[in-house]
Amino acid sequence: MKLTQGLKMAVKSVLSNKLRTVLSMLGILIGVATVIALVAMGKASSNEVAKQVSSLGSPNSLSVTILGRGTVTTLSVDEANELGDVMNVAGVAPVTSATGYAKYGKTQVSVTVEGITAAYEKVKEFPVQDGRYIAAPDIKNNTKVALIGVDTATDLFEDEGEDPSAAVGKKITINGYIFTIVGLLESQGSSLTGSNDEKILIPVTTAQKVFQTSGVSTINLIVSDTSLMSATVTAVEAVLYEKFRGNENAYRVLNQEEAMKTLNSVNETMNRQLIYVAIISLIVGGIGIMNIMLVSVTERTREIGIRKSLGAKKRDILFQFLVEAVCISGLGGALGIGLGYVASFIIGVVMKTETEVPLDTVGVAFLFSAFVGVVFGYLPANKAASLRPVDALRHD
Amino acid sequence: MTTNANVPLIEMSKVSKSYMMAREKTTVLHEVSLKVAHGDFLAIVGPSGSGKSTLMNIIGCLDLPSEGSYKLEGLEIMGQSDNKLTEMRNKKIGFIFQGYHLLPKLSALENCELPLIYRGLPGKERKQRAMEALERVGLGQRMHHRQNELSGGQQQRVAIARALATNPPMLLADEPTGALDSKTGMEVLSMMEELNRAGQTIVLITHDMEVAKRARRTVIIRDGVLTEQERRNSDETYAGPQDGSEERLVQQA
Repeated sequence: MKLTQGLKMAVKSVLSNKLRTVLSMLGILIGVATVIALVAMGKASSNEVAKQVSSLGSPNSLSVTILGRGTVTTLSVDEANELGDVMNVAGVAPVTSATGYAKYGKTQVSVTVEGITAAYEKVKEFPVQDGRYIAAPDIKNNTKVALIGVDTATDLFEDEGEDPSAAVGKKITINGYIFTIVGLLESQGSSLTGSNDEKILIPVTTAQKVFQTSGVSTINLIVSDTSLMSATVTAVEAVLYEKFRGNENAYRVLNQEEAMKTLNSVNETMNRQLIYVAIISLIVGGIGIMNIMLVSVTERTREIGIRKSLGAKKRDILFQFLVEAVCISGLGGALGIGLGYVASFIIGVVMKTETEVPLDTVGVAFLFSAFVGVVFGYLPANKAASLRPVDALRHD
Repeated sequence: MTTNANVPLIEMSKVSKSYMMAREKTTVLHEVSLKVAHGDFLAIVGPSGSGKSTLMNIIGCLDLPSEGSYKLEGLEIMGQSDNKLTEMRNKKIGFIFQGYHLLPKLSALENCELPLIYRGLPGKERKQRAMEALERVGLGQRMHHRQNELSGGQQQRVAIARALATNPPMLLADEPTGALDSKTGMEVLSMMEELNRAGQTIVLITHDMEVAKRARRTVIIRDGVLTEQERRNSDETYAGPQDGSEERLVQQA
């Protein structure tokens, strides 16, 4: 018997009993759909993580957070700037951060106020769209000048009937001190640490005075060679270890790569577990096919007998039933892929994330479902093929 | 059919068949010997339990004898593999069953194509031969009907067409009229007579003496033993061996 003829016969048989076919493919269908949806979801969440982590800064950035524990709790701006001497460090931007009240006219908003140095622009890649940046003389002279984020500008000025984009030159008060806005920052969107556009930047020395703090809370660094990142991290940690007299809990050094790894490891663990669940559901689906095929062999014993009496060899019957099983599982797989796409689309809409179905997953899911058909179809097919025509014909 | 007219179609000698039933050996056929020449129309008659189904299964290569020798067109069946038996069934025998044994999901034409599919014929030739066979049994107009759209007689004619489609040396009919009313049964039998007159060898298995009378030659099976009835001499077209030695049945030991 020819291959194509066998395929035609099997497809015909699969299509001729639609209810049985649908019932037996249900397990595989749901299994494959689950795999696709889960992978899409996992992909979406790791995309989300990547997006958030990349908004923390470019891959060559590195940040030191001063936690303020132990005997030495602060690091002065000058001490922070010394980190610029560490090899491979291309820029240092110490920041002191506090929450202040900004007021313009009758509008008052609570806002993050960061005391910065001139290096902030280059290190954080956060330039102004209008006006000038905070410069070295501002630091030296504790001048009361401020850069304002676009959202804060909108919050402050819109209710007062002023155009937020014309913020430069206006005078606002921060915790009672009068500041002149010299620059309007570019819009940067949000990151893991919150909105980047809801903030006011002032000279670090001024900030220390206004908020009565000493030292800095965060030091942002950039490196010139990303491949030497881990060596640089080690060197920076060594300097800090010295400064804080061996108290490792006083500071934390973070880089983007590290953060990504940490967040993604959670994701990966979850994904792996989801894949196990999916594989189990595919196996259960395969058992479903096997059961229905076994029943179908019994039900079709007479047909098998007729075929055998007419000249169907053992391998013809084996092939026919195997192809039927693969057709059912393959069809289930294909429909499952479709359903998985729909599910991942819905999940994307509901969770408001970008879901993505990788093509290799689709391929693997389909091949695996066909494979399940071969494995679980073999037993029933073999049972059918081994029937003796005499017995099979007598069967009702 | 075949050029090899000197070799008998069926040559059985001392064929026995026994089964193990509950650890006890039950012998269903006792050293049955039978010769059927090409072009003959043989009826095997016997009550139920006589072993005629077992004999039919052996003649039809659906089952193997326990002992003895069975040659189909000179080829020894004893000890052949499953695949070889299947091939013999496909090439040498056209089955006509009591319950028609059509596949209900297939049309009449597709049913007739089935044995040709297993023979490995290309689609076009298959269709051609199946159509010819259906026309031969007068069902040229009903090729695309399914089993449930055909009457009992028509279904049996489809089964005959299916058996004829492979152009086999022998038609093996198991109670072909068993499921039909007597009128349709007679029609089917007339058709078989006609086929026989055209040279088709037919072996008919039945419990009904009336049906058996339509054959040229009748053997009776009882308790696994064959006895020959006298030959009907009325049919002048029969051109088989006339010396009598070949048709004589060898009985039990």
